[in-house]
Amino acid sequence: MISTTTTADDAPDASTSASDSSSVAAAPRPQVGASGGTDRYLPEHPTPVIECENVDIYYGAFRAVHDVSLVYGRHEITAMIGPSGCGKSTVLRSLNRMNDLIPGARVTGKISYHGQDMYGSGVDPIEVRRRIGMVFQKPNPFPKSIYDNIAYGPRVTGMKVDSMDDLVEEALRAAALWDEVKDKLKQSAYGLSGGQQQRLCIARTIAVRPEVILMDEPCSALDPIATARIEDLMEDLRKDFTIIIVTHNMQQAARVADRTAFFTAQAAEGTGDRTGQLVEFDLTSKIFSNPADRRTEDYISGRFG
Amino acid sequence: MTITADGGSPAVGTPRSKRGGGFDPTSLRRQSPRHGERVVMGVLIAAALLSVLVTVGIVLSLLLPAISFFREVSFGEFLFGTRWSPRFSGQESYGVLPLITGTAWTTLIALVIAIPFGLGAAIYLSEYAPSRVRKVLKPVLEVLAGIPSVVYGFFALTFVAPVILNDLLGLDVGTFSVLSAGLVLGIMIIPTVASLSEDAMSAVPDALRHGSMALGANKMRTTLRVVFPAAVSGIAASIVLALSRAVGETMIVALAAGTQARMVGGPTEVGQTMTGFIAQTATGESTPGTLSYNTLFAVGLLLFVITFVINMISIRLVRKFREAY
Ligand SMILES: Nc1ncnc2c1ncn2[C@@H]1O[C@H](COP(=O)(O)OP(=O)(O)OP(=O)(O)O)[C@@H](O)[C@H]1O
Ligand SMILES: [Mg+2]
Repeated sequence: MISTTTTADDAPDASTSASDSSSVAAAPRPQVGASGGTDRYLPEHPTPVIECENVDIYYGAFRAVHDVSLVYGRHEITAMIGPSGCGKSTVLRSLNRMNDLIPGARVTGKISYHGQDMYGSGVDPIEVRRRIGMVFQKPNPFPKSIYDNIAYGPRVTGMKVDSMDDLVEEALRAAALWDEVKDKLKQSAYGLSGGQQQRLCIARTIAVRPEVILMDEPCSALDPIATARIEDLMEDLRKDFTIIIVTHNMQQAARVADRTAFFTAQAAEGTGDRTGQLVEFDLTSKIFSNPADRRTEDYISGRFG
Repeated sequence: MTITADGGSPAVGTPRSKRGGGFDPTSLRRQSPRHGERVVMGVLIAAALLSVLVTVGIVLSLLLPAISFFREVSFGEFLFGTRWSPRFSGQESYGVLPLITGTAWTTLIALVIAIPFGLGAAIYLSEYAPSRVRKVLKPVLEVLAGIPSVVYGFFALTFVAPVILNDLLGLDVGTFSVLSAGLVLGIMIIPTVASLSEDAMSAVPDALRHGSMALGANKMRTTLRVVFPAAVSGIAASIVLALSRAVGETMIVALAAGTQARMVGGPTEVGQTMTGFIAQTATGESTPGTLSYNTLFAVGLLLFVITFVINMISIRLVRKFREAY
């Protein structure tokens, strides 16, 4: 059984207001095989976990994204779609401060997590990333054993764990990988196929019990079968986690996402720099059946992008 | 890609205009003799052969006099004898242990200095330093690695021993000691450890660092638990190279460690290393074929074997522990 209690010095004051909701998110054990589907009832306005208000993101002097306002709802899957270079990854990275690792990257406007300014003073980016995990486009398991890949996060974040073996099993089961790897936990993760590696990376993220999982084109390196497995997995994970996914695959967005945000890149008047902006954000069913903006319609019908 | 008639791609069905009448556009046979390639290959093979031959030659020239040496002095006496006085006529003694202890102490002290400082510098440069700082410091390190060792030896003699060890630290050591030689030897090999380890750590893909950071690991844990293990084979190689340089380094120890071959029991003592002995004795006066001449080669061979064994062991160790990415 996993305990989500953090040690006293690990939990800064700023996080107390969030701690009850994050432990709610982590309480039920994820189970494989539950059904999801985008036809479920969704409120018109999501319960915000992360909220962007008038966000601009710069790389040095270059403004990559302009004026994004967006709400990511709790226990929902939000997809971000749009043509290449429109800033989807840039926005995604700003949601758990991974862009801090890029020299010159800068965020203005407000991004809040349960109402707290994520870029405010006193916020520890390490703590942010513990609550908001990330799965990358290319599977990036550590060059360690399968077991150690999962155990890494709980170990380095000082999570109190009763039984690491149980935690590893639970995370692998939640990522629908257990049956395939249970006999080779001590073998290198590099011996797995690309799809298995990606599920391992998801399991690794689940193991630290974040509230939100960000995924940047998690299936782009995978074949259709592996992709289908990960999509099924996302459906299952929605019960326990809030998922935000960037994808180039519009069918994928239509299949898995509750809400979809469509971005595009607009050339700025003076400089000609292409700056990404949010065109439309709505229920996925609405975006794909009855988009409000012409550009969205053109994009999803393949006339543009 | 477009293929034009004279575009250089020998694609089937696109004959080049310059070819004559007998040219069959669908033939898969070689279309020109390609002499250049043969010449280049010949030169490369010659270069490879030459370096192998030179190595074999060196080993042989070391081996033959050493064999003559061991006809007169037994292995046991050489390896386990504790008195080294090959030129004390009447009472010659060929126990090499004093030289080995000299080398062991200077090398050990050098590693104690070079590993923490070298790895610290490497971690800073690869993981923490802003790119501007790295761009300046990395070349400086590489210049440091190129300073001639006689300069370091002089530095040990005139600065480290009298100023640092005596005045600053108040240690009771003379002008010569394995400590001052080892310290300076350590400083000399820091750039080797730092520069090569930095290369190894920089080569670790950022994707691994990001994967770790995204799990909520801090920079230090990411460095120590992901980057370091992934780079360990390169880091170990840098240490082994530095170790081999320390074992084989001659000038510093000849100048700063002393010239008395005695069993060294502690860092403040005087001692002579294997290389120090060779440098002192190989003056050109020793006559080929004599025992004192052959002695040099026996010690040289021992040095060679020691370095070789160190390399072998470390290759094994690295294979066992590395986390290849
Ligand atoms: N590390 C960086 N440094 C500087 N500019 C960057 C960096 N990363 C992205 N950009 C720029 O920011 C803009 C948005 O890039 P981003 O990677 O967010 O687009 P994207 O929507 O994810 O595209 P894709 O679909 O191809 O992944 C692009 O113009 C890109 O050149
Ligand atoms: Mg992207």
